[in-house]
Amino acid sequence: MAKSGLNSTCALIGMAESDVGIVPDKTPRELCVQVTLDAVRDAGLTLQEVDGLITCNAFAEPIMYHAEAVAEYLGWQPRHCVTVNTGGGTTFMAIKMAAAAIAAGMAHTIVVAMADSLRSFMTREQAMVVQSSSGHPHYEQPYGPTVPAYYALIARAHMDRFGTTEEHFAHAAVSCRAWANQHPKAQMRDLISVEDVLGSRPIADPLKVLDCSLVSDGGAAVVITRGDLASSAAQKPIYLLGYGEGHAYEHISQAQDLTTSAAAISGRAAYADSGLTPDDIDLLQLYDCFTPALLIQIEDLGFCAKGEGGDWLASGISQPGGQKPLNTHGGMLSYCHPGNPGAMFGLTEAMLQLRGQAGERQLPSINTALCHAQGGIMSSHATLVLGNERLS
Amino acid sequence: MSRPTPRPSPTELPFYEACARGELTLQHCEPCDRFLFYPRTHCDHCHNPTLNWRRVSGKGTIVSYTVVRRAVSEAFTAPYVIALIDLVEGPRMMSQIVDTKPEALAVGQSVSVAFEAWSDDIKLPVFKLHGVLGK
Ligand SMILES: [Zn+2]
Repeated sequence: MAKSGLNSTCALIGMAESDVGIVPDKTPRELCVQVTLDAVRDAGLTLQEVDGLITCNAFAEPIMYHAEAVAEYLGWQPRHCVTVNTGGGTTFMAIKMAAAAIAAGMAHTIVVAMADSLRSFMTREQAMVVQSSSGHPHYEQPYGPTVPAYYALIARAHMDRFGTTEEHFAHAAVSCRAWANQHPKAQMRDLISVEDVLGSRPIADPLKVLDCSLVSDGGAAVVITRGDLASSAAQKPIYLLGYGEGHAYEHISQAQDLTTSAAAISGRAAYADSGLTPDDIDLLQLYDCFTPALLIQIEDLGFCAKGEGGDWLASGISQPGGQKPLNTHGGMLSYCHPGNPGAMFGLTEAMLQLRGQAGERQLPSINTALCHAQGGIMSSHATLVLGNERLS
Repeated sequence: MSRPTPRPSPTELPFYEACARGELTLQHCEPCDRFLFYPRTHCDHCHNPTLNWRRVSGKGTIVSYTVVRRAVSEAFTAPYVIALIDLVEGPRMMSQIVDTKPEALAVGQSVSVAFEAWSDDIKLPVFKLHGVLGK
């Protein structure tokens, strides 16, 4: 059987984020260029010491050969260069491609950089239409579904099957905002209550505007290198202990199960690869495009029993001071969500926490983190398990 | 601005021709004795390339639904209802539930098909609540 995992063969030694939120003074390409340079500098390297670049395309500035265009802008001719295009799951599948190239001996060090500007370089209407274009052009889009509507279908099915309530979903938004309140860069920092979420503007029943992630500008990049080279890096290396992915369908109308996602498959693989269990995870950095997506990932990744995600969130366990801190940057619900790069910020935050560089919101004791990304309508999933010690 | 409208491929054409006649038809795989949707060149279970079109009942149940309060574009007027429907013959479809009040909807309710013009050439299946029969 093919080995799916990474198992400490690679480590993250550099990271960077651009300004996030509303960033009208730089194009998506310029943001991508900036974070590429900054992440390489953070790793204590120069571009000449980096073998490759992986980017994702930008909705607001699509370029046919995106990674090549970013390299060209920097006057850089990398030995490996590719643009990936799998939506929100892009992030960690790009990490896997980088790690696989390194494990195969084809490269020592690769930068993964992503940026987009849905807020400042697209109208609200353009952003909505381009995102809803993930629907099937003949059997979904003609009926006028929005992206929130797709997730509302999942939410309603979960409510019907498990008795989950709108209050349960609201707790996810409240938790992320409580963390964002401690992050000086977060796009939305004002504390909110469950009542605030329930009373916010209806978007697609049962989802209100505060159940939906932000529309933002921003970029982030990480530098990946061979695990056995990482100990001499400028920054404390963060090891890729485990990885898994799962792909269930593309279109939500073809889902065999609306309430259990392929996060269950990607999570199982990542745990098996790392030898860790949900109990061993100190920090959860999950993909909160909509509150029901977050709730279902908590269940499918094994942090509670199936159907109990609502009670888990309502208990406050994920909030500041709780035992299972979740999205300590504020997530895409409150930190930023520039589209495809969204999960990158979950990863860079995990690196900051594992390095001990998270400032006011630094967790007192942290050795492991689980980062999850998904694309489509809970279609395509990737799970990373990180640690600040190498698996022996 | 008009609603997105399918431009059927040769494989899909029988589905849309039937819709234009006011009939819901699905492909059927004989070896699997199973209906499938959306139209394909091969059965998505056994990959048999010989599929037969059959007229189906047009009846089903609501698996999930949402009332869209913010329309995707100017081509749509909110609120409107998007639903996933399990047809009694097996396959699941996304569609709209028309001629209903949002508060009348529930998961598990019975619905039946109707057809609505999206353009001069194309009619699409939509669904209506099946009245008291669903209770
Ligand atoms: Zn078959």
